[in-house]
Amino acid sequence: MNSNQSRITALIADPLTIAIAASVALLLIGEILSPGFAQGTQIVRLLTVAAILGIVAAGQNIVILGGREGIDLSVGSLISLGAVLAGNMMNGQNSGIPLAVIVAGGIPFLIGLINGIGITFVRIPPLVMTLGMTAVIQGGLVVYSQGVPSGAAAPLLSGFINQPLVFGIPGILFVWVAIAAIMLFVLRRTSFGFAIYAIGSNERAATLVGLPVQLIRTLIYGFSGLFAGLAGVCVIGYTGTSFISVGDQYVLPSVIAVVIGGTSLAGGAGGYLGTMAGAVALTILQSVLITLNLDVWARQVIFGLTLLALMLLYGRQKKLRV
Amino acid sequence: MTMFHLARRQPWLITVLVFVILAIVNTILQPSFVDPTVMRSNLSTFLPLILVAIGQTYVILAGDIDLSVGSIVALVNVVTVTVITLLGGTLGAVFGGLAAGFCVGLLCGLINGFFISGLRFQPIVTTFATGIIFAGLAIWVLPQAGLPVPDAYWQTYTESLLGLPVVLLVLIFGAIFTLVVSRLPFHTRLIAVGGNRTGAFQSGLQLGGLRIGAYMISGAFASFAALCLTGETASGDPLLGASLALSSISAVVLGGTALAGGFGNATGSIVGALVLGMIGNVIFFAGLPFEYQTLVQGLIVLAALAGGVFVTRR
Repeated sequence: MNSNQSRITALIADPLTIAIAASVALLLIGEILSPGFAQGTQIVRLLTVAAILGIVAAGQNIVILGGREGIDLSVGSLISLGAVLAGNMMNGQNSGIPLAVIVAGGIPFLIGLINGIGITFVRIPPLVMTLGMTAVIQGGLVVYSQGVPSGAAAPLLSGFINQPLVFGIPGILFVWVAIAAIMLFVLRRTSFGFAIYAIGSNERAATLVGLPVQLIRTLIYGFSGLFAGLAGVCVIGYTGTSFISVGDQYVLPSVIAVVIGGTSLAGGAGGYLGTMAGAVALTILQSVLITLNLDVWARQVIFGLTLLALMLLYGRQKKLRV
Repeated sequence: MTMFHLARRQPWLITVLVFVILAIVNTILQPSFVDPTVMRSNLSTFLPLILVAIGQTYVILAGDIDLSVGSIVALVNVVTVTVITLLGGTLGAVFGGLAAGFCVGLLCGLINGFFISGLRFQPIVTTFATGIIFAGLAIWVLPQAGLPVPDAYWQTYTESLLGLPVVLLVLIFGAIFTLVVSRLPFHTRLIAVGGNRTGAFQSGLQLGGLRIGAYMISGAFASFAALCLTGETASGDPLLGASLALSSISAVVLGGTALAGGFGNATGSIVGALVLGMIGNVIFFAGLPFEYQTLVQGLIVLAALAGGVFVTRR
């Protein structure tokens, strides 16, 4: 009886439960404010938007799990880079899709590795390294695009992301589920996944047991770049065209989705299931705020206040007095 | 003591050296650089970043970070011009606007400090979030850029007082402030808080007061920066200051302060901010094609940051 009670308490306090409950509550609020908000097609639409955020947040998640103040603020510019590269590789042709995915995933992966090398070997704090890299990537994008938007999504890619594939569900959601399966498998069943938790919770101990800490951390940032680049491919598929700051809007939400999902910003604790719920909850919140027909400023203030409220629930740091 | 040890103990000396080299290069590329009017106009361009970087230093020294400084600058700017307009644009109204702007800056700092030190929120996400809120409030106060300030405001800012340009006086004020504060017990305690938080707590330091104090200094200097920007642009703009968070952190790191906290001083950040400004200047006058300027600037700043971190890490 007692253990049952504590199990229920633990379930209620679990960030995953809170994020799912918040999503359902927000859907209900949306339905009350504007009937039809929680319709099947509308929910699929919301999940499509959440999938793009969720893919970016997968990279952000392992970076934060890896500890040592891990954060990747370059994901926004890497998404833009992925979108612009993919657009130019495809140029509206279906035959260009494989090359687009390889280039738009590969180059951000390499840039992510450079982030990782700067952070692990030169020991530049992640915040500074990834923000500095953002400026470099943005500069590179200006050079590459010569300031003119170019490239277009192939019809097949746009259809994959915007049109139902089977059972009224677009292809991107299957991709998201596949990525989730890989993330969950890697984090829970492979030595690489355990190593991420190990270096995030106690780097010294991880070094002492012989883990290649620096290599693992470098790879983590590489994968974050890869996920951001792939999200860029989805973004251009979703919108059809790209501009050089298209990814900026994902930086903060990617961090927030991870935090809402219960991954500790100190590293070493958390997982991807919570992050997915966090991405869905965030997307629905933004959608409700738009449905409310609020002014830009009010939307911003409510969004910021929601983040602070979430921090109050589970973003707090340890007390110094024990 | 070898040069290397000196550089490790006083990393800002390297920054001063870099500054001198940049000044020489700049003078070669742009001979009018030493002209008093050009120097004054350069200084008034660099001044907002210098002021924000001074405030940011104290927050970083205590082991925290303030990503909301850019939004505070925008909010103070629009509050100041709105108050001046509401009070009728007289001389008294200008002072009322300045006071209101300063209070808003302090209040923003207090709010950040309250959440982070009082409620133990994580600094990066919290100041990201308060930054969104402050920026939203700025749009609420003044939805569109406009509302010119009285001529007296910007004329005073661009003129001279006691034979010295006002912008130079502001810089001297900032430098004296940093030098005085670095000799106060407050500074030593901040460094203790940033270097070893548990140790500082166990030795009885008032952590809460110190960290909130640092955030309020950051808010106050962000408001000074906003008031200077208002003198420069002579009107209100709710979207001001977007890049100030990153550049101020870069300036602090270049000035020899450790980003992890516990080591450094704000005088170095002034030099760091000047170096950042000069890098932009040199690139502009080097005659690079326009599209390449952002890229080259980003690469140089990243390299400088890597160098700065390499020297200050311990």
